[in-house]
Amino acid sequence: MYSRAYKSLVSLPPLLWVGIFLLLPYALMFAHSFWAVREGLVVHQWNLHNYKILFSNPLYAGVLFRTMRIAAAVTLCSLLLGYPLAYYLSFHAHARKELLYQLVIVPLWVSYLVRGYAWKTILGSDGILNGFLQYLHLTHEPVVFFLYSPFAVVLMLTHIYTPFAFLPIYAALEHIPRPLVEASHDLGAGSTQTFLRVILPLSMPGLLAGATFAFVLSLGDFLAPLLVGGPSGIMIANVVQTLFGAAFDWPLGATISVFILILTVSLLFLSELLEKRWSFK
Amino acid sequence: MSVSLANPTEQGTATEAALLEVRKVAKRFGTIDVLKNISLNIASGEFLTLLGESGSGKTTLLRLIAGFEQPSVGEIWMSGQRLDILPPYRRRVNTVFQNYALFPHLSVRDNIAYGLRVKNTSRSEMSSRVDEALRMVKMQDFAASRPSKLSGGQQQRVALARALINRPQLLLLDEPLSALDANLRKEMQGELKALQREVGITFLFVTHDQEEAMALSGRIALLRDGALEQVASPREIYAHPATAYAAQFIGQTNLLRGEIRDSIATCGALRWLLDETDGPVIFSLRPESIRICADGKRQTSEVKFRATVRQQFYGGPSELLEVDCGSGQMLRVRIPARGPLAGEHDFVFTLADAIRMKE
Repeated sequence: MYSRAYKSLVSLPPLLWVGIFLLLPYALMFAHSFWAVREGLVVHQWNLHNYKILFSNPLYAGVLFRTMRIAAAVTLCSLLLGYPLAYYLSFHAHARKELLYQLVIVPLWVSYLVRGYAWKTILGSDGILNGFLQYLHLTHEPVVFFLYSPFAVVLMLTHIYTPFAFLPIYAALEHIPRPLVEASHDLGAGSTQTFLRVILPLSMPGLLAGATFAFVLSLGDFLAPLLVGGPSGIMIANVVQTLFGAAFDWPLGATISVFILILTVSLLFLSELLEKRWSFK
Repeated sequence: MSVSLANPTEQGTATEAALLEVRKVAKRFGTIDVLKNISLNIASGEFLTLLGESGSGKTTLLRLIAGFEQPSVGEIWMSGQRLDILPPYRRRVNTVFQNYALFPHLSVRDNIAYGLRVKNTSRSEMSSRVDEALRMVKMQDFAASRPSKLSGGQQQRVALARALINRPQLLLLDEPLSALDANLRKEMQGELKALQREVGITFLFVTHDQEEAMALSGRIALLRDGALEQVASPREIYAHPATAYAAQFIGQTNLLRGEIRDSIATCGALRWLLDETDGPVIFSLRPESIRICADGKRQTSEVKFRATVRQQFYGGPSELLEVDCGSGQMLRVRIPARGPLAGEHDFVFTLADAIRMKE
């Protein structure tokens, strides 16, 4: 087949790439999390001080908790929107399937920033939503909590990550052999029972993958809170950004990053485990 | 089903009140007529087979009865009630699907229990009926297995049990044996027939395999291009095929095309006296109706001809010859096995065995 030399030659560039741009930065981040800052300089003094701060300072714990709450809310909303959409497309859209599928995918090609600014325009004090509500005389003053609130962050992230939740669910539904649905009807089950007993269990791996996407992507997001979050909508990634920037506390920033990384990896691992348990072949 | 002594199990027609009546049903998909004006009665307790080539509409007819498709024209009635307006889950009809369609996320036990569970059957009744069904198909030892762990034959048994546990009035089987290898298929045919006798449920079986249809069925409904060609018992179709197509599809035959003129039938090199009106004719002559005439003599009721053996296919107790009667007219002849043959021989057949038929 191929010679050893050829094999090493082709595998070297990707290995170098992963080594330099992935493993090395992770190692540096990990090391930084055990270092400290003295008089504006990072000193290579190994200690656990940063981890103590992370778990004892209510400020960080609070933001972390809020971040997870927002990510959970985004996950729930994305699934509540994405699942029915995927179900409709897979089972009832018939000829319109291709078109609707493209319509779900197209927003993914629009820049994240553009979509973020669009929400600013919609939710702002003199934005479209407030203007419309006042036009209908439902409100007389601009509703201020639309923008710069956790609500706005959840709304924007849901908008952005619903296609990510939709795609794996749709793929899972498309893979359900249709004779199984017919068999269920044949055995006396109506639409609701068929959904609960056959379609939902068989789409669980997709549902899980969709939920993982939405949760993990929201967990690390920092643009949405920056654009529409305001002070009450700050998420953990913004804290990390500040620590690495204005606050110049790389070690603490690295500690939080390590913590989020561990959280994310365990989530992915758990999701993988459950997906295996729920897939049947 | 009451059975008279004179005419056991096989009946040419469904004489009793029909369990299922298909009344002038047609089905169109777009511009294609998949089924054309089908009328068919199925008696209670019957084993009826829908036989036809792929694309003949047999599966579509099955799906109309199961409720997965609606007829474009016509009605379907079961036990005196209109069936085609009910959704599939309200029909007392169950289906054994072509590739079984077992639920991959449920154990064998839960697959079989599915129909009872969705109808909120009590736990104790469900448990005893599932046990009974498992016993019936000899799958007790696999109750906890997932379908993916089972062989084709075992999956087939689970699919049967899953359908029969609901005590349907009519069981539909969509080519259930086609996924099995030849030996297992023969074995399952036997089991299927025994099972049908045991449970007494009406079976409507779909297949493209004429041998299977002949071996299993009380009656065969032969479909051709979406229309019924002939509905009769296997013996009846074999002995008296209604059309040339039926004669060719059910068993092997020689189709003799020719004409009658002045009371003489002429089909290529074969000629015999036949007192019928002039015109073109087709006869079906089964290969086993022809035999070798060793002494060269024939009875008055027989036709003798001379032909050259071109091919010989050994088949254990019998062998099939392809013989040339001259000018390329080939006939197939089935004779008891008798060793290699070559050259010219005399063959005879009885006049009554050449059955005249429609195109």
